[in-house]
Amino acid sequence: MPRKRLDLTFPPRQSLKPVIYHLVKDYDLVPNILRAQIHPAQEGRMVLEVTGSKESYAAGVAFLESQGLTVREAASDIVLDEELCVNCGLCTAVCKPDALTLDPETQTLVFDKDKCVYCEACVIACPRRAITLSF
Amino acid sequence: MAKSWEEINARIASGDAVVFTAEEFGALAAEKGVSAAAKRVDVVTTGTFGPMCSSGVFLNFGHSDPPIKMGEITLNDVPASGGLAAVDTYLGVTEPSRVRGIEYGGAHVIEDLLRGRAVRLRATGPGTDCYPRTEIDTWVTLEDLNQAYFFNPRNAYQNYAVAVNSTDTALYTYLGTLLPRLGNATYCSGGALSPLLNDPTYRTIGVGTRCFVAGAPGYVAWEGTQHNPHTDRDEHGVPVRPSGTLAVIADLKAASPEFFSAATFTRYGVSSFVGIGVPIPVLDDDIAATLALTDADLKATIYDYGVQHRSRPSLGTVTYAELRSGSIEVGGKTIPTGPISSLPVARRIASELKRWVAEERFTLAPPLQALPQVGSQAFKPLEIRTGEAI
Repeated sequence: MPRKRLDLTFPPRQSLKPVIYHLVKDYDLVPNILRAQIHPAQEGRMVLEVTGSKESYAAGVAFLESQGLTVREAASDIVLDEELCVNCGLCTAVCKPDALTLDPETQTLVFDKDKCVYCEACVIACPRRAITLSF
Repeated sequence: MAKSWEEINARIASGDAVVFTAEEFGALAAEKGVSAAAKRVDVVTTGTFGPMCSSGVFLNFGHSDPPIKMGEITLNDVPASGGLAAVDTYLGVTEPSRVRGIEYGGAHVIEDLLRGRAVRLRATGPGTDCYPRTEIDTWVTLEDLNQAYFFNPRNAYQNYAVAVNSTDTALYTYLGTLLPRLGNATYCSGGALSPLLNDPTYRTIGVGTRCFVAGAPGYVAWEGTQHNPHTDRDEHGVPVRPSGTLAVIADLKAASPEFFSAATFTRYGVSSFVGIGVPIPVLDDDIAATLALTDADLKATIYDYGVQHRSRPSLGTVTYAELRSGSIEVGGKTIPTGPISSLPVARRIASELKRWVAEERFTLAPPLQALPQVGSQAFKPLEIRTGEAI
């Protein structure tokens, strides 16, 4: 079953609709929420992985868009260019799930991709632009 | 126990000098005591590799035929100063590209030159009797330039702030992204390896000091801009806030892209990581005592960058060992920390400088003139006033 990563932006006021419930119930998609920040009165954002058939996926995305959400296909990979990286460590300051950390001894950057939630905070934090997304 | 500059230089010249990095010296002093370490070691090397905005290069292009008096100058679309003689310029690292904005700036041009890449030079001039050409569009490499040298007005800050953000929105600063509600803390110093933290009263570092600048042998040219010896100091006499600075000079052609890296801080601007290292002679036990200080001894002050004023409130001090542990406590809250100054590269600089002194007989120069000390002119703010008020 194909798996896709989606980046959803919720407009203010609609953030309380149970869209994830509908994705499961009506479109037979299996969602895995990687990151979500939703406040009722503000714009919200959610990054989630969905697994399901091609047809279900297309119908599910159409449903989300019909609910006023902006749907963007999220990066499928985050790539660290070790040639560009100077091991300053600034990315570790914005990495909430601790996917990017510094080795306690050598203070060099360690990237544990399994912990990454694709929030992309490191991409804009890196002064060397050494962390990029691939789609 | 005291050693003179001459004795230490004689040992360097004969290849007998004992050279340690500041981290190695701290470990030795912890094990054997400061006096024993001072007796054994002649020179301690330091290193730092953080973003240093007040950096740039003087360049001379040579004359075209017919010649031009360059007024408006760009290098890869990044403006450079036209305020010097006909084909001289100064390119500052923070200057943004006219086309790509802060994603490419003066620092990136310098890094491209260091990497051997050709850079597009475009300039216009007024056309004078002696410089009749009014326009030029050509490509230059570092090798083509007659002179190319760093003159960095402010490098190697003696200590720096720890930045936090108490507001409800993220802040994008020269100390990186500061997450809301004290979501993180960033800091920027080589700590125990930092040149001026190892010589807190500028006893051995002054005008004429030979040093490591971006991989090239260079000199301390002057006090750095905003040099301010009058800040709060701890019980060892070491500043706990940003204080002394160095202006340095070195040949760009001898520098290495390994020790100079362009940087872009999102929603802030362009800067560059510059590698600076200074060798410090172990003249006596007094200097050895500050050379022996470790990250567990050295402190930095926490400031709230959510307060957008010249004077930000201090939220206390923390040690570099605490900062490097990955989290600190501020007002009872545990905050994750992240550095901006690269410790791995700082260590490489201190080791490389150690090799220069121990193997390449890089001798030390006593200051020709001291940097301003405590008691010199007070550091002044800029007041906003009218002509009538003067």
